[in-house]
Amino acid sequence: MAVLQVNPTRMELSRLKKRLTTSMRGHKLLKDKRDDLMKKFLELIRENMELRTRLEEKMAQVYAGFVAAGAAMDDAILQEALMLPQRQVYASARTKNVMSVSVPDFEFTDTSDEKRDIYPYGFAFTSGELDASVDALQEVLPLMLQLAQAEKTVQLLAEEIEKTRRRVNALEYVQIPTLQETIKSITMKLDENERGNLARLMKIKDMMIARQRQAQE
Amino acid sequence: MQTKIAVIGDRGSVLGFKAIGFGVFEADKEVSIAPLVSDLAKKEYGIIFVTEELIAVNLDVVEQYKDHMLPAIIPIPGKNGSLGIGMENIHKNVERAVGADIFQTQ
Repeated sequence: MAVLQVNPTRMELSRLKKRLTTSMRGHKLLKDKRDDLMKKFLELIRENMELRTRLEEKMAQVYAGFVAAGAAMDDAILQEALMLPQRQVYASARTKNVMSVSVPDFEFTDTSDEKRDIYPYGFAFTSGELDASVDALQEVLPLMLQLAQAEKTVQLLAEEIEKTRRRVNALEYVQIPTLQETIKSITMKLDENERGNLARLMKIKDMMIARQRQAQE
Repeated sequence: MQTKIAVIGDRGSVLGFKAIGFGVFEADKEVSIAPLVSDLAKKEYGIIFVTEELIAVNLDVVEQYKDHMLPAIIPIPGKNGSLGIGMENIHKNVERAVGADIFQTQ
């Protein structure tokens, strides 16, 4: 592991030690975040899969209904019947916070009038199959919204997990070892200086004693 | 924030959605839906359902909005039934998060 290019001084040593503690703490926090995100993610992905399976089944039925309606009546009339919708649905998107990831929280509202039905056409020229299909579609609407929310949440969580995992790994395998190595090398250099100094002092002391003895003789 | 819901697909698939109040946009396989989607995103559409047939040829668009909170681009099966792209996307997300597709056997 590469050692950082720094001056081997005490100042630098204490600075690096501080950085190491911060990194270790960050590493622990991020690891916890990753684990918790993963837990949430696995919960949500199961829900997501189930919703999708259910929606795909229902949608197949809906399309079958529309095909039947299309067969029972003229294409132009079908077009015309559906051309002007009674209402508009809105999804009010609020932000929900899941482990500091902003995910959408959809809730749907529509502009329909309670007293009126949802069919945007009169019944004179259309077949009963069409009514049934529109009904069926109306029923899958909440499911579609749920799926949209679940799927987007899962997508955003996946992205966040990926990012967090990368950070954890960078800290664990690069940042922290590098700092540790550098601290070690600085400590060793400082110790080496210390020993050098001590040896020099002892040598000087010996020399001084020898000189004193010479003077006495 | 109040957002609208759009659905993009071939005529046969999306026709009915008009009746329940979605914004319906017809599109062909040959033309990229990128301009349409970016237009819809600006017009405060929060959820855009796209048929799987169209998703298959417009994967770059999906990629572009993947990390944004809105709009959510969600594949739905077209009138010819599911192509499995929606499920595949879920598996891709698992792979991205976990590192391996742990639901593969299902």
